[in-house]
Amino acid sequence: MFRIDFNKLRFLVCDDNPHMRRILRTLLHSFGAREVYEAEDGATALEMYSHYVPDIVITDWAMPIFDGLELAQMIRQPESKGNPYAPIIMLTGHSEKRRVTIARDAGVTEFLAKPISAKGLYQRILNVVANPRPFIKTKTYFGPDRRRNINSAYMGPERRVGEKHEVLQQPSLLDKARSSI
Amino acid sequence: MAKNSAKDIEVKAFATHHVITQPNPLRKVLRRVEAKDMDDPVGRAEQALAGLSGEFTDWMASEVDRLSAAWAAIQQDGFDDDRRGELFRAAHDIKGDAATFGFPSAAVIAESLCRVIEHAPDLAKVPAELFSHHINAITAIVHENTKLDSLTVSSELSRRLRKVADEYLAHVNRDRPEHLEAILAPSIVPGE
Repeated sequence: MFRIDFNKLRFLVCDDNPHMRRILRTLLHSFGAREVYEAEDGATALEMYSHYVPDIVITDWAMPIFDGLELAQMIRQPESKGNPYAPIIMLTGHSEKRRVTIARDAGVTEFLAKPISAKGLYQRILNVVANPRPFIKTKTYFGPDRRRNINSAYMGPERRVGEKHEVLQQPSLLDKARSSI
Repeated sequence: MAKNSAKDIEVKAFATHHVITQPNPLRKVLRRVEAKDMDDPVGRAEQALAGLSGEFTDWMASEVDRLSAAWAAIQQDGFDDDRRGELFRAAHDIKGDAATFGFPSAAVIAESLCRVIEHAPDLAKVPAELFSHHINAITAIVHENTKLDSLTVSSELSRRLRKVADEYLAHVNRDRPEHLEAILAPSIVPGE
């Protein structure tokens, strides 16, 4: 069995609702987390993201001015100074299929529908810690692989093409992010 | 926390995309333990959440006040983007929080209200009663919780409001297939 050392993880929580921030803080501290930073809007969260370099971001979707979806899109900028790879868990009251698809296409790693539960939150965190997915970069997308499973029975057109590959050196995005603080 | 250097990150380039892999930067926070040494973080968190529950009724009351204030502003000055946004966010927060706070029927009604705000083609043409009935029902469930003590009453209220709202939305969106599809689509989000 695996146990997460939450006290080694740094969280950034973004929600405009103070009650939900309190609940999230309570849950994360109960799991064992010590470093939980809180923002009440996307713009503040983005600043804190650059400053604190959290390991995991948990964000609401619906917020005034700069929402959680825009926050995810800003974090997932492959050429940015910051770390574009941090897992993003979107915790939201939105629960429609098209919303899940939009969040996925913005580079969100995990989607958790409210009402929140300790079990649901723990499972999402465990998943991003234990089972990280490779990142995919295309002309229109940068984020965790949206294909969670390989479907060997798939018969449709192949949207990803190319067989031979070369190994390229990745610009030191993480190092730049970490060293900039 | 654990971090990767640039040389740890591998990029495989294909014709249409790149696949970027890196050693799991969070691997060091995972520890293999024997079952007997496994604690119960979820149980601990549920206990902590239960410890907050004494505050939930007050929190819910403040969410309802916010919703009422947003609706009052619209009644006074009409819809604009800011006032629409505030009404939607207030309802949306109740949709997401109310079940946690012990008011699941209020969450269902708030979801119905969110659907009206999101899918009505012209909010100014929505009968005001459709909004006020939703908001009054949420207020009654929260403020009169002990009097509306029958779960059946609040469940029936939420069911009927949702039915009326859905019928209205289906009618006004009869020529807007993308909205009609969204209205009729079931929720697919995994809860846990």
